[in-house]
Amino acid sequence: MTAPALELKKTSLNETHRKLGGRMVEFGGWDMPVQYPAGTMTEHLRTRTNAGLFDVSHMGEIDVRGPDSIPFVNRLVSNDASKLVDGQAQYSALTTPEGTVIDDLLVYRFAEDYLLLVVNAATTEKDWDWIISHHGDENVELRNASADYCQIAVQGPDAISILQKLTAVPLSEIRYYHFRYASVDGVSATVSRTGYTGEDGFEVYAAADKAEQLWNKILDAGNLGSDDGILPCGLAARNTLRLEAGMCLYGHEIDETTTLLEANLGWICKLNKGDFIGRELLQRQKDDGIKRKLVGFDVTDRGIARDGQDVLIGGAPVGHVTSGSPAPFLKQNIGMAYVPVEFANAGQAIEIDVRGRLVAAQIVPLPFYKRAKQ
Amino acid sequence: MANVPENLHYSKDHEWVRVEGDTAVIGITDHAQDQLGDVVYVELPKSGEEFAAHESFGSVESVKAVSEIFTPVSGSVSEVNGSLNDEPEKVNKDPYGEGWMIKIKMSSPGEVDSLLTPAEYEDFTKAETE
Repeated sequence: MTAPALELKKTSLNETHRKLGGRMVEFGGWDMPVQYPAGTMTEHLRTRTNAGLFDVSHMGEIDVRGPDSIPFVNRLVSNDASKLVDGQAQYSALTTPEGTVIDDLLVYRFAEDYLLLVVNAATTEKDWDWIISHHGDENVELRNASADYCQIAVQGPDAISILQKLTAVPLSEIRYYHFRYASVDGVSATVSRTGYTGEDGFEVYAAADKAEQLWNKILDAGNLGSDDGILPCGLAARNTLRLEAGMCLYGHEIDETTTLLEANLGWICKLNKGDFIGRELLQRQKDDGIKRKLVGFDVTDRGIARDGQDVLIGGAPVGHVTSGSPAPFLKQNIGMAYVPVEFANAGQAIEIDVRGRLVAAQIVPLPFYKRAKQ
Repeated sequence: MANVPENLHYSKDHEWVRVEGDTAVIGITDHAQDQLGDVVYVELPKSGEEFAAHESFGSVESVKAVSEIFTPVSGSVSEVNGSLNDEPEKVNKDPYGEGWMIKIKMSSPGEVDSLLTPAEYEDFTKAETE
């Protein structure tokens, strides 16, 4: 059997990616560009120095509407959605009774009776099933609206000036982790000052059939083709950018076997907000102390650490690499790993088993990269 | 279209061989470097190490992936391109020139006759990508 691409889901930009020379790969059931002809290194660096454009339409959107929207969602997620104001978003997690992670997500508050949950592509169906299975008699209407939306991210120091060419809304007035409606090149959109790269920038949500127009207009406004112009970026650059910024990727740093506290996500874990799934166990873990912790490391020998490789201390395997890769901007090979909490300190020497060769590394503080304050 | 120089022999694992007397200069092809993407790391053997034809002699890594590299001929390593340690991107920029990887003193020079000609390699890569 050939042509597996026919069974993969496609965003409305699939043809556009192919026309741009995108190399397509499977990701979470979707046919997505892993890189374009400029290459991952250039895409990554350009995003940090100028701007990068990302098709993230494969992510999922779940509508929650009705008078009980906030208490309903707040019972299922770890962060406190009741603290949001209209036009504000927060990073959060859907948790199991064990306090482990079903998915990480953004919760957007459009109004007291309208929340939008933006979830990962590979877990959209799982999250949807989980959420509707927990719908009791709360007065809410739930809808998996993923197919209705496209989502395009413009990231980098030039993101705001590029996007500003296409809208009259003063983008600098949208604060970090806030959003508003805007007409972007005449398209009704939600423009959110959020992102997954560690740079300033926006995630633009619009009707799925408007994706091509927005994508092409943003590339044009960003001077695609010039040496300091915007570049379309694939999944490989998306991964190296978020890893450099110390951000978690579901299925790597977080999954249904890792608690929020182990993953350094205590800051989105509001144990005093009221009851939510997993609260009891997370409280207990907080009181008893975690046994293992997610850390960042620099590889100090020659070699590149990769996902899943063993971490050794004193010659004994003590943990594993959750994500490992070159960091193009920092010119360093880096990674994140779970290690026993007693070793989870900056400066701790560790070894990574890179396909049978022990490569020296050192635990460093997270994040690896933080953008300069502007 | 990937570059396939006329004066070289090719393997189905996308390595090329340039014969210089009883020495085989070996690297990966333009097609291979294009498929890999930006090369960030190359793991090469030491001089003196011996390999049989089709054995893995090292690996080449892109941002996302690790690929083993196989010697098309048997023999012992006489020279290694150490400059690839600091400049792995040479493999992308000049795969047949400055991106050369190892030189092998061939133990059976006749082995090159069973490698692919440029035309055969071109057909082979075309079929692979269909």
